[in-house]
Amino acid sequence: MNHSNFWDYFRKGALANLPVAASVAAYGSVLGVLAAQKQISWPVLLMMNLSIFAGSAQFVMVDMWVAPLPIIEIILAATAINLRYLLIGASLNPVFQGSNLVQKSVVMHFVADENWAVTMAAHRRGAASPGFLLGGGICLGMVWCCGTLAGHQLGAVINDPRMFAMDFAFLAVFTALAVSLWRGKSDLLPWLTAAAVSIGADQLLPGKWYIAIGGVSGALVPALRSWYRREGP
Amino acid sequence: MSLITGQEAILLTIGGVAAATYALRFGGLLLSERLPKSGGFNEFMAALPGTILLSLVIPGIFSAGPGGWLAALATAGVAHKTGNLFISMGLGMAIVAIQRNFLA
Repeated sequence: MNHSNFWDYFRKGALANLPVAASVAAYGSVLGVLAAQKQISWPVLLMMNLSIFAGSAQFVMVDMWVAPLPIIEIILAATAINLRYLLIGASLNPVFQGSNLVQKSVVMHFVADENWAVTMAAHRRGAASPGFLLGGGICLGMVWCCGTLAGHQLGAVINDPRMFAMDFAFLAVFTALAVSLWRGKSDLLPWLTAAAVSIGADQLLPGKWYIAIGGVSGALVPALRSWYRREGP
Repeated sequence: MSLITGQEAILLTIGGVAAATYALRFGGLLLSERLPKSGGFNEFMAALPGTILLSLVIPGIFSAGPGGWLAALATAGVAHKTGNLFISMGLGMAIVAIQRNFLA
């Protein structure tokens, strides 16, 4: 792919992500408010945005951000949330046909759920490329930084965030995100399992272990179903 | 309180999450030829994003009381109908805020 072609795709990718960018800015501002309430300074928030660039994991990190910082627990919880990136990365293989390792290693950092979804949709029309993916990622990254930092400013002046249900924002965002991952009736048993096990683990264990334990238990249901079908009677 | 302001703890936490996240993104692409395309492992990895997010919210909703349950149901319903993250989130927050300000 020649040079000007890359930036042409870059521009197209950035424009294609503008509609979702509005939504990203909005929930970014909620994250900013929550971060300010946890006394996380704006440079630290900005560092998170640039180095991690994964909204859901950042929400979890901010939620778990209490003194003394539970370093291992936060890393494990955020990694569990981000395990989906392994699949997202794998699914992008056809988009990167013919690009070199340096390009792959740079562009992959800027892959978020939203520009991945937009890129995969464009790929089905034959209109996706690493430039398109990166353009979307940079667009979302800028909006993400603006949204979170604006929210951080706002968070400093809100006295009682409970009255604005700010503490519920986290649950609401992830409830909506979870619904978008519902794949149909076959998810019913895995989801019921995850719900029951996570509630049980929350009651019995300290910290946030219920996230990984509930998630793994639920995901084991279809895996066991598949193994049973192959090995079974 | 000394640890939360400790620069090392903050850098270690953010650095750890950043390294793990990047490894998953780039590793997924590099391993794409080798990851199994079917079978139990694939079923597990495909189901995991949904079950993880669900496990993340369910205990919190469960302990939030009737106002929280109603808000979560409304959020899920609108998210399912519209697919709009911001509207669904706003509705859930509005229900909880109204309940706390006027009904509690």
